[in-house]
Amino acid sequence: MQTGHEIHDAVVRRERSAEEATKAALEAIGRVEPSLHAYITLLPERALAKARDVDARIGRGEQVGALAGVPTAVKDIFCLKGELTTCGSKILANFKPPFSSTVVERLDAADAIIVGKTNMDEFAMGSSCENSAFFPTHNPWDLEGVPGGSSGGSASTVGARSVPYGLGTDTGGSIREPASFCNIVGVKPTYGRVSRYGMIAFASSLDQAGPMTADVRDAADLLEAIAGFDPMDSTSVDVPVPHYASALRDDLKGVKVGIVGEFEESIAVDPKMAKLYKDAYADLGALGASFVDVSLPHAKYGLATYYLIAPAECSSNLARYDGTRYGARVDGAADVYAMFDKTRTAGFGAEVKRRIILGTYALCSGYYDAYYVRAQKVRTLMKQDFDAAFAACDVIACPAVSCAPFELGAKSQDPVAMYLMDYFTIPMSLAGIPALSVPAGYVDALPVGLQLCAPAFEEARMLSVAHAYEQSSRHAAKREPVVS
Amino acid sequence: MAEVPIDIAYISRLARISLTDEESARFSAQFERLFDFIRELQQLDVGKVHPTAQVIPLSNVMRDDALKPCLTQDEALANAPDREGPYFKAPRILE
Repeated sequence: MQTGHEIHDAVVRRERSAEEATKAALEAIGRVEPSLHAYITLLPERALAKARDVDARIGRGEQVGALAGVPTAVKDIFCLKGELTTCGSKILANFKPPFSSTVVERLDAADAIIVGKTNMDEFAMGSSCENSAFFPTHNPWDLEGVPGGSSGGSASTVGARSVPYGLGTDTGGSIREPASFCNIVGVKPTYGRVSRYGMIAFASSLDQAGPMTADVRDAADLLEAIAGFDPMDSTSVDVPVPHYASALRDDLKGVKVGIVGEFEESIAVDPKMAKLYKDAYADLGALGASFVDVSLPHAKYGLATYYLIAPAECSSNLARYDGTRYGARVDGAADVYAMFDKTRTAGFGAEVKRRIILGTYALCSGYYDAYYVRAQKVRTLMKQDFDAAFAACDVIACPAVSCAPFELGAKSQDPVAMYLMDYFTIPMSLAGIPALSVPAGYVDALPVGLQLCAPAFEEARMLSVAHAYEQSSRHAAKREPVVS
Repeated sequence: MAEVPIDIAYISRLARISLTDEESARFSAQFERLFDFIRELQQLDVGKVHPTAQVIPLSNVMRDDALKPCLTQDEALANAPDREGPYFKAPRILE
C-alpha cells in the first residue's frame, strides 16, 4: 500500500484516480476483514460517490482539499450524519446522528474518502478492543493477538495496510497503545487542539481525537486537516495550526531528549522491552540528539488518579443514555425510573457498568473530597512534573507500552491488569500534553512503539523528532503483517 | 482516605444500573484491587495544591447570542424510542 501523501500526490497529478484508490482500499479491506473484523460499518457507496466527486473536480481543473483521494477509516465514536454511529455499544446499535462531528466535516472538506466506521471498546473504555459490544478485532501482525484499544479497529485496518489514514480518540492511551500494537503512527494531540464536537463523550477533560497513520508525514497532514478552533467546542483552543509537514526534519542536531528515570526503572523488569527502548534512544543519539535525565515523580500515581477522574466524568456523561431521547429503550417498565434502569442494565456492557459505578462512587457525597478532588490535586502535581521536565528538554522519549500485543482473552477477565496497560500513556493525558507512538521495532516478531511527547501545542516539535527517527530506522517497513 | 468498602447496591441504584449478585461480588473484588492503587494517593500531601479540573488556560468561554440554523423538530426526534407529536414520550413519572 502507498502512504496517504503518495496517494494524494498521485491523485492530484492525475496519475491515479481517487476512485481507483478507493476501490483498491475497499478491495484490500474486503480481503482481510474476515480475519480482522476492524469495521462496524463499511460505507462503500458514500466512499465511491465522494471519490468520483473529487475526480470530477480535478477533471474540471478545480482546487481540491489537502487530503483529496486518501482512503480514511473513522472510529465509530465520531458522529457521521445519517450513518450508524454505535460507539461500540448496544445502547447505540441503531443510532443515526442528525449531524456530523466537526472532525468528520473537516475530513469531508479536505476531500478525504471515508470508507467506514471502525470497531472500538464500548464508549472507548478498554485497551484491547475486546469490550466492543459487537465482536473483537484482531491484530494484523498476529491474528491471535489484540489490536489494542480502544481505537483498535482503526489501528488494525491501518496496520494491515488497507488504508493509510485512521482516526482514533485517546483518553488515557487509546490511540498510542493500539498504534504501538499494530505498527503504525498514532498521535494524541494537545487537549483542546482538535474539536470534540460530535465525538461521543467518555471523559470530557481528557478525550482528544487524533491521527493513526501509515507514517509520520501522514499523521502531520491528517492532524493539520482536523486541528483548530471550533466555536462548537468551548474547550477547543484558538491557537494557530502550523503547517506540520514543513516542520518535519531528518536529523536531531541540537534536540535535547528527556529520558524519564521512573519509566526506565519500570520497563527494566522486561529485558527485551528495555533493550528495544535502549536501542531506540541510541538511534535518536546517532541522529544528533543529546540526552538529559528528567523525573516525573508523580507518574506512579497516574493509574489511581486516572481511574478516579475518568470514571467520574464517564458516570456523568453516560447519564444521558436513559432510553428517552435517543438510543435503545427497554419497553414494558411500570414507570420512568424502571425504564431507565432496565434500559441501562441491558444496554451497557460490563466494563462500562464498572466505570459508571466507580465514578458514581467517586462523586458521592461524603467521598467527593477524598477521591475526586484529591485526584484533581494530584493531576496538578503531574502537570507540574512535566512543566519541570520540559524546562530541561525539548521532547521526552519513553516507552509507549509495557509489552508487545497480547493474546485475545489474556487480560479480558482482569480489569486491573488491563488498566495497567496504560501505565506509560496516562500521565500525558492527565497533563493534557501531546504524545505519539512511532514504530520502534519488534519483540519476538511483534511490533512495539516508541512514545515521544512535547509541551502543550508543540506537536510540530514532537512530529519532527518522530519523522527523523522513522526515516532513519524504518522499522515498520522491515516486516509484513500476517494479512494485508 | 476512607477505608469504607463500596456499597455496590447503593451506588448502582444511584447510577440506575441493576447488577446481579454475581456481578456485584465480581465488581467488589475488582474494585478492592483497584483501591490498592487508589489508596496510595493518601500518601501525598496535597493540602496546598490547587485542583486541576481541566488543563487548558480557558475560563468563562462566551459565544455570541446569535440565531443559527438548528435541527428541525423531526430531526431532533428522529432517534427517539417513542414520541407523541412534538414530544419525547416516556412512561409515567408521577403516581
